[in-house]
Amino acid sequence: MVRFVLQRFLGMLSVMFVVVTIVFVIVRVAPGDPAAVMLGPDATPADIEALRTRLGIDRPLVMQYVFFLGQLLRGDLGQSIFLDMPVASALLDRAEPTFFLTLFSILIAAGIALPVGIMAAYRRGTFFDQSVTTLTMLAASIPSFWLGLILIQVFAVRLGWFPVAGYGGPDASLMTRLSHLVLPAVALGVVSSALITRFTRASMLDVLNDDYVRTARSKGMSEFRVVLRHAFKNALIPVLTVIGLTAALLISGAVVTETVFSLPGVGNLVVSAVLRRDYPVIQGALLVIAAIYVLINFGIDMLYLMIDPRVRY
Amino acid sequence: MAAASDAYAPPRLLTLILQRKTLAVGLLILAVVTLLAVLAPLVAPYSPSKLSIVNRLKPPGAEWFFGTDEFGRDIFSRTIYAGQLSLLVGAAATAFACVVGIALGIVAGFFRKADALVSRVVDAMMAFPDILLAIALVAALGPSLATVIVALGIVYAPRLARIVRASTLVIRELPYVEAARALGVPTWRIMTRHVLRNLVSPILVQATFIFAYAMLAEAGLSFLGVGVSPEIPTWGTMIASGRQYVGQADWMTVFPGIAIVLTVLSLQLVGDGLRDLLDPRLRKDL
Amino acid sequence: MAHSAAVPVRPEAAMLADDVMLKADDLQTHFIMGSRAAKSVDGVSLTVRRGETLAVVGESGSGKSVTSLSIMRLLAHPGRIVGGRILYRLRDGTVVDLATTGQKLMRSIRGREIAMIFQEPMTSLNPLFTVGDQIMEMVRLHEPVSRNEARARALEMLELVEIPAAAKRLDQYPHEMSGGMRQRVMIALALACRPALLIADEPTTALDVTIQAQILDLMRRLQREIGMSILFVTHNLGVVAEIAHEVAVMYAGRVVEQASVTDLFARPKHPYTKGLLACIPDPKRDRATDGSRRMLDPIPGSVPSIMALPRGCSFAPRCPLVEPACEAEPPVLERAGVNHLTRCRRHELL
Repeated sequence: MVRFVLQRFLGMLSVMFVVVTIVFVIVRVAPGDPAAVMLGPDATPADIEALRTRLGIDRPLVMQYVFFLGQLLRGDLGQSIFLDMPVASALLDRAEPTFFLTLFSILIAAGIALPVGIMAAYRRGTFFDQSVTTLTMLAASIPSFWLGLILIQVFAVRLGWFPVAGYGGPDASLMTRLSHLVLPAVALGVVSSALITRFTRASMLDVLNDDYVRTARSKGMSEFRVVLRHAFKNALIPVLTVIGLTAALLISGAVVTETVFSLPGVGNLVVSAVLRRDYPVIQGALLVIAAIYVLINFGIDMLYLMIDPRVRY
Repeated sequence: MAAASDAYAPPRLLTLILQRKTLAVGLLILAVVTLLAVLAPLVAPYSPSKLSIVNRLKPPGAEWFFGTDEFGRDIFSRTIYAGQLSLLVGAAATAFACVVGIALGIVAGFFRKADALVSRVVDAMMAFPDILLAIALVAALGPSLATVIVALGIVYAPRLARIVRASTLVIRELPYVEAARALGVPTWRIMTRHVLRNLVSPILVQATFIFAYAMLAEAGLSFLGVGVSPEIPTWGTMIASGRQYVGQADWMTVFPGIAIVLTVLSLQLVGDGLRDLLDPRLRKDL
Repeated sequence: MAHSAAVPVRPEAAMLADDVMLKADDLQTHFIMGSRAAKSVDGVSLTVRRGETLAVVGESGSGKSVTSLSIMRLLAHPGRIVGGRILYRLRDGTVVDLATTGQKLMRSIRGREIAMIFQEPMTSLNPLFTVGDQIMEMVRLHEPVSRNEARARALEMLELVEIPAAAKRLDQYPHEMSGGMRQRVMIALALACRPALLIADEPTTALDVTIQAQILDLMRRLQREIGMSILFVTHNLGVVAEIAHEVAVMYAGRVVEQASVTDLFARPKHPYTKGLLACIPDPKRDRATDGSRRMLDPIPGSVPSIMALPRGCSFAPRCPLVEPACEAEPPVLERAGVNHLTRCRRHELL
């Protein structure tokens, strides 16, 4: 068990190290002088030189890399060029909508996917099952930002049930803020439920014919209990894995969906940073999001430990 | 069909395809979408860029099937023309991802020493959400049609690399490949002769899915305005420009969106059908 | 209706003789695939007497496992009982037809009245629950007891099946145990509610020979102590000799011979049974290996597909005694002695 945790932890660290290196490389491969690009055509050579020094890109690449690593170890993500604040605080300021959006979407996605996937597997080959297969494929083909726009058209503009966009302003109550998250969370949740549904169905199909499921039936319990307690628990590990993978999909979707709904979240920050060439912000956001993704998947590995006694040895 | 009369003939490709509903439906939609895009100059009733301020924001009807946009341009014509670029970007990004992914995968699968490094990088690449990584790459490389293609290619290459590596690991242990090595056949020849040929099916299936993802991601990038220039009509940029008119001219967003959904859906159906057709063992009921 | 509290007792059901626990009567179980039906069980009649063991013997595909799953009503889709009756006497003396019993009553019968153990001890226990939990679940499903009482019963059961250090084992997971140990746990689980009938579907096939003997010993002892009836499904006649009172030999979905164990071994009245007996491995020669597969080989040919059964006797293509009449129409069950039935028109020749 200790070995498993240690192994996964070291694996996570090594992936994180490579992630950091990739981010470093991406931002440095930019053709041309980032300082010149950032400041635009009107900048004087002196301005550019000053920014180069400030960004630390006047030093040799290896030095830059070492400096970058050292900075990260101290928890310093650098300084935003346009926002006049540390990247870390900029990200933290924008964390709330993104966090809740991702959380609600995953709840919606899992809330749809688990029962539907279990049912489809249980009723394999029926009309219900075939409809689910078709619908999941359709859902996986819908761009979340487009679904967001359609939801706005119907539920915000026509019916007026939910606000069209924004996060309710700086003093908005929690309820108001949450009401702004309903439509984006539904848009993201529905789209990402597709993958989880298909995996739930497939992994339930794998276990429903297992011998211990037949044993459970032979004990005289209800089908509900057989399916949920005995079969589903065994199907849960692949499902959790795919929920972890979906987290990446969700964060991706959140970036775009935040723009659709004008939510002041991390995605919005990244998009405006890209448009303004605020490289430290892009770099920081990329790092933090990849780190969160790696952490989520480490967390899921740890959940395996709780579910499956065989992993503990 | 004819199959009954000549029972001894091997099943023809067409019969095999028609037997699989998903594959047939997917191919049909894909063919229609592609034909419309390729034949756009013949099919489109208007020029995609013809301005007509008098006719701005007209709803769908007999004259403009999908309505007109804020400059009076015909949405139907624009949707058809936009298909050219959207499909092109998707296809080119897929091709790029295939080249990079196959190369990385074979190298990792065949050479133990390279495997550790390549696998690490591939794992780490998969830790980035696809759109976010694409955004960062486009930002780094400077936005243009070519960068979007390259960026999406890089984003999706790791998925192929993983599959190719796994299959290569299996294939290199097959008796006839070992025999070929023992006979002194050069490594590159073994790779092209034996490994690649065995990998055609999984690569084809995966490439179809990557095509679908790349089209979705391209639409996302264009929508955000960080991909191709907003002036170039792609389905993504069309939806982006329709965004300001939500509630006022919904057709501006609805129709390009349907085009995306249909195309991506057709690709997923084809991918699913191909997996079924080429290698039932890969299926796993997904 | 079927699952109302009043158990449906058809007039003929009351005719179940006093010493009979279970009586299958012309049971038909088919697997329906589109317009075709595989007749896995085609008119099987069996009788299990109180406190006795009936062994059902046959090769794989003979329908013996489908018969036992039909009794438990655990048939996997698309299997279905399409005809016949399975009369069973409940503890309170009422007789029900398991073939048509409602789901709710069936659930209260499974585990409490009739329990089952399976061939694969390695996979028949849920890997995610401790063995204690799995036994306790069985107890608490059928009896209104507290967790602690259920746990005490689970411990008692593990001790009953002679698992050493039972208290410690209670909190272990299946993967921490050997195959023989797991089969003991399965038996403990099955017997936790003291069922009146135990269906054992090849319970020793997956085990090696020494463990196999131990499990058979255990089952014989428990039968004496608990007084339950056993329906023992196996392909291994050697095992039958050790445990059964009565034997039914199945071939291609039908019972071809039924007799007491001594009768059957001494005077087989069906050429198939005779062939099976002829190839029981010699224990002196064959102790190390299981030999279960080889055993049946000496009968030439193989079991016909249930999708394409011959018109006459289904054993005719492999039978040394075959005559034209055998292939013309299917044989009926004939009496070949006291309580000895055979489905062979030429049994006098044996």
